[in-house]
Amino acid sequence: MQALQTLSIQKPETVAQAIALHRAGESRYLAGGTDLVPNLRRNIQKAQTLIDVSGLAELRGIHAGEQSLRIGAGVTLESLCEDATVRARAPLLAKAASLVAGPTHRICATVGGNLMQDTRCYFYNQSDWWRTTNEYCMKCEGDTCRVAPKSERCYACYSGDLAPALLALGAEADIAGPTGARREPIAALFADDGMRHLKLAPGDLLISIDVPLEAGWTADYEKLRIRGAIDFPLAGIAVALKRDGDRIAGLRVACTGLNSYPGLVSGLDALIGQKPDEAFHAALDKAVRKEIQPMASTLVAAGYRRRVAAGLARRLVERLYAAAA
Amino acid sequence: MVSRKGSGDMNQNTKRILRIQVNGRWREDAVADNQLLLDYLREQLYLTGTKRGCDGGECGACTVLVDGRPRLACCTFAVAVEGCHVETIESQSQDGRLSPLQQAFHEKLGAQCGFCTPGMVMAAEGLLRRNPHPTEAEIREALGGNLCRCTGYVKIVESVQAACGAEKNADEKMEERA
Ligand SMILES: Cc1cc2nc3c(=O)[nH]c(=O)nc-3n(C[C@H](O)[C@H](O)[C@H](O)COP(=O)(O)OP(=O)(O)OC[C@H]3O[C@@H](n4cnc5c(N)ncnc54)[C@H](O)[C@@H]3O)c2cc1C
Ligand code: SF4
Ligand code: FES
Ligand code: FES
Repeated sequence: MQALQTLSIQKPETVAQAIALHRAGESRYLAGGTDLVPNLRRNIQKAQTLIDVSGLAELRGIHAGEQSLRIGAGVTLESLCEDATVRARAPLLAKAASLVAGPTHRICATVGGNLMQDTRCYFYNQSDWWRTTNEYCMKCEGDTCRVAPKSERCYACYSGDLAPALLALGAEADIAGPTGARREPIAALFADDGMRHLKLAPGDLLISIDVPLEAGWTADYEKLRIRGAIDFPLAGIAVALKRDGDRIAGLRVACTGLNSYPGLVSGLDALIGQKPDEAFHAALDKAVRKEIQPMASTLVAAGYRRRVAAGLARRLVERLYAAAA
Repeated sequence: MVSRKGSGDMNQNTKRILRIQVNGRWREDAVADNQLLLDYLREQLYLTGTKRGCDGGECGACTVLVDGRPRLACCTFAVAVEGCHVETIESQSQDGRLSPLQQAFHEKLGAQCGFCTPGMVMAAEGLLRRNPHPTEAEIREALGGNLCRCTGYVKIVESVQAACGAEKNADEKMEERA
């Protein structure tokens, strides 16, 4: 067993202390550790200092207001699944959280760590000796991408389950950093680049998520995975829908496990006000396929993941539409 | 960024005194910051019942209880659980007597090679403390992150069912044998 890289762990007591301790290129925040620690052990992520934010009171708690739900970045996925308010008012979030990893991970894994998890690739999430024999790859230690050898960029896949749910719900993130605090839509946190998929500045710490509670909307999430008990999404689709009579009055579709970023499917405006007939579904199918670009970064064929993504979007729209009758 | 070389030199690590309760006893140990709970338990305390199965978070063989809840010792830094109560498989038997879960795994053939068993027992222990009478679906859900390459899981689920249905029975049987 390869020993873990040399590092020190700091335990700040406040958000301000945590941010002050952060040094660009040297520090990383540590929450539940279920993504970061395996990556440190495999030497694919490095750090000289870990700033343990799991004890910060400012990152805890779920607060329900009239129009929105505030979820602390340090809330564990288990608490999110079990919280009565979340289950009643944003059941999509409880469902997406319940599909992350296994039950033991969810006891300590957090909302913040889930959103900010590293991108994944078959050629990257491997032990050091495995990657040595492949002469590494561009994302870590090497120069060539093993998925697309002529590519200048990395296609490692964003595989978090909460992000599509939050995108479909129109959530926003509260962030604190060395330059102050700000609020941004979830989509603004991510970039289409497997090596630099987060748009956060060094030292930026996710504090909480603000989820609007819109009347009349229903939402659901489904993911494709090999093992039902525990696996990352090979394709994940969240749909939020509003029905008015026999028409679709509002529609948001978000995906994960298909690009280097979690994204909202664009070009759905033309579908608003329509009935979900075959022409509707043909247009939805086209819009989903246009948004996604699964690559050979998993053992499951990219073409299959494409078809499943489009199929899941249709299935979810049909189910939500029928249930909203 | 740190270079690939230069990793793993324990001497360069900050060490601190870790105050922690392990299997009911408070202790203080000098622990390096980069020491994982798994390595601390196995290599410093020689509690080798907790197994290292994979290289990170995928198999559940390293499951221990931290303040009564299951936790993967291979994804946890020892210093991160400072002040907590860590329970390992070694805490299950008391005065040479198997715990109801251990007894049930033994009788129902829930262990074959036995490598996954410490993790299975601790994950099941965590479940039973929260939910003393789980359904089969709840047992399967709670053990969802624990992999077994031998049993096919049926015998493991039956063992947990036997342990919660028949905690007294196991004790009585032990008494009969004694
Ligand atoms: C076997 C296995 C299966 C898994 N399956 C899934 C799955 O199906 N779906 C899924 O989504 N994930 C999965 N995961 C990944 C991981 O368990 C989850 O994403 C988990 O929610 C990560 O949360 P954490 O608190 O443990 O994060 P950590 O590992 O502590 O942190 C992850 C990253 O987020 C950063 N971070 C943490 N908190 C903050 C914050 N407040 N602000 C800014 N940055 C922060 C850290 O610096 C780090 O880079 C799996 C992991 C394993 C080992
Ligand atoms: S997509 Fe290419 S560069 Fe990125 S992790 Fe995979 S093999 Fe490496
Ligand atoms: S050794 Fe910890 S999960 Fe496999
Ligand atoms: S008994 Fe051998 S791995 Fe489970």
